[in-house]
Amino acid sequence: MGVEGDLFHEPSGEVGRLLPRSAGDAVAAASRRSNVVMSARWATNVNGWLLLLPSAVLLVTFTHYPAVATFIGSFFSTPKGARPAVFVGLDNYQAMIEDPIFWQALHNNIIYAVSTIPLTIVLALFMAVAVNAKLVGRSFMRLAFFTPTVLPMIAVANIWLFFYSPGYGLVDQVFSVFGVPAHNWLGDEHTALACLIVVAVWKDAGFFMIFYLAALQQISPNLSEAAALEGASRWYFFRRVTFPLLMPTTLFVLINAIINSFRLIDHIVVMTRGGPNNTTALLLYYIYEVGFKFWDTAFAATLTVVLLVLLAAMALGQFIFLDRRIHYQ
Amino acid sequence: MNAHLQTSRVSAALERTGAWLLAFLWVLPLAYALWAAIHPSAYSAHFTLNAPLTLENFVKAWNAAPFARYFMNTFMLVTMILTAQLVLCTLAAYAFARFKFYGRELAFVLVLLQLMIMPDVLIVENYRTMTAAGIVDTIPAIGLPYMASAFGIFLLRQTFKTVPSELDEAARVEGAGPLQVLLKLYVPLAKPIYIAYGLVSISYHWNNFLWPLIITNSVSTRPLTVGLQIFASSDQGIDWSLIAAATLMTSAPLLTAFLLFQRQFVQSFMRAGIR
Repeated sequence: MGVEGDLFHEPSGEVGRLLPRSAGDAVAAASRRSNVVMSARWATNVNGWLLLLPSAVLLVTFTHYPAVATFIGSFFSTPKGARPAVFVGLDNYQAMIEDPIFWQALHNNIIYAVSTIPLTIVLALFMAVAVNAKLVGRSFMRLAFFTPTVLPMIAVANIWLFFYSPGYGLVDQVFSVFGVPAHNWLGDEHTALACLIVVAVWKDAGFFMIFYLAALQQISPNLSEAAALEGASRWYFFRRVTFPLLMPTTLFVLINAIINSFRLIDHIVVMTRGGPNNTTALLLYYIYEVGFKFWDTAFAATLTVVLLVLLAAMALGQFIFLDRRIHYQ
Repeated sequence: MNAHLQTSRVSAALERTGAWLLAFLWVLPLAYALWAAIHPSAYSAHFTLNAPLTLENFVKAWNAAPFARYFMNTFMLVTMILTAQLVLCTLAAYAFARFKFYGRELAFVLVLLQLMIMPDVLIVENYRTMTAAGIVDTIPAIGLPYMASAFGIFLLRQTFKTVPSELDEAARVEGAGPLQVLLKLYVPLAKPIYIAYGLVSISYHWNNFLWPLIITNSVSTRPLTVGLQIFASSDQGIDWSLIAAATLMTSAPLLTAFLLFQRQFVQSFMRAGIR
């Protein structure tokens, strides 16, 4: 508003002061005024676009163009040697539907998302409530919970790899105290994905905790005092007052958790490489494998289209959510 | 004492115990890494109080792979990305906040699209683009997809919009041009947001792995994360002490910064998240 406001007002004020004495003058003044307005508008447009230009070029090159090119590429074959890519229609999609590993990766990703997300949210909420209460050592707790956020996933995945190693790993050492026999946690089809889910929850819960903590600190202490006077239990108060008030935060955390469950696969590269028998291959990991190990770029593009559609659906969800938040204000 | 008060005491005690247990579980990986790194390999999975202390593992790990070079690469990468992001996002955010140019709304929606469709998932096409440009295996190729950041633009635009237009107009009456107003008025007022965004961006790119793994293939370009992965998965076998030492080394700069400026970090991540 500011730029536009003053570019508009100053010149037109000047014109206003030159009271026109004749019809001819009035016409001249009017045309001059429209010229000034036109050039001001032109300057705003040029300045605005020039400021945006560097970002726009990079965004188009590395976000919009590749998204569109992925879509187009999914209708062509992978170029091999001297043979260029040829249009193959829906062949890649046909192959994808017939590919059991694609369905398995999608299935894994859904299991991974629907277990990671609620666990992370419940723990983040519990952490925030605990750290917000006046507990002994709460600054240490906050530190403990948040630290995984700043550590590289690739580094901590190596430590978790040790925890899960059969026989002498920490998990087996602890379980052996209770007489549980050694187990190859990451090598077993039934436990490998669960192991990765634990790592993901550990990494993200502390990050989401800080948003709940911020929201909790916005809730007036009068509410809990009033509830205590009325004889409401802590759990009842949490269920009926605190949790509903935290709903916008929960939605925000939810969307970010969903995105993370489709975006972050660093720990899979370190811990399982999609195995055993593809039970830990998530969608993006499968794309990485197809695109950069088998070099089947057309098929990788087709898989990416599925991921993009999923993310776009999420984007739509967020726009609706943002709209709702604006209505609240 | 009535029963009601008693149950609430019990539940509070349970909550406290649960919180402590959780905190213990949460520090365990880091605590273990520290244990393994400062004791000889024989003690890496054997926990006794009289285990001898050593710094040998750090020395061995440091010499076993070109970590100095990896540190250098990560440092250059993070600096390059952050510098470009700060400049580009400031300019674009200023345009969105204060210029009513033609097509602004549409352009803004197109920018926001990057919040969902991140460069992280467009690896196949972006690799093709880098190949066509002949810059595969260079540090700029790692950084380029992230330099224009929708997140940064959005964050700064929201901040710039809170600057009163009267201040802007006053500066213009004094004869300042658009860029001067930006540098003298908007940028100083947004300092806390720049710090918040900077910390989040540094953490993100220091820790980023998949795209650097794909686009680099030599020691002179690999960032720490990729270097660490190659070190940990190669001929080191399963010497957990070495891997733990290397893990701590690669995370050390961020971890130290975080421990020193804890409040600043937490607030930054919060500020950057609540938009």
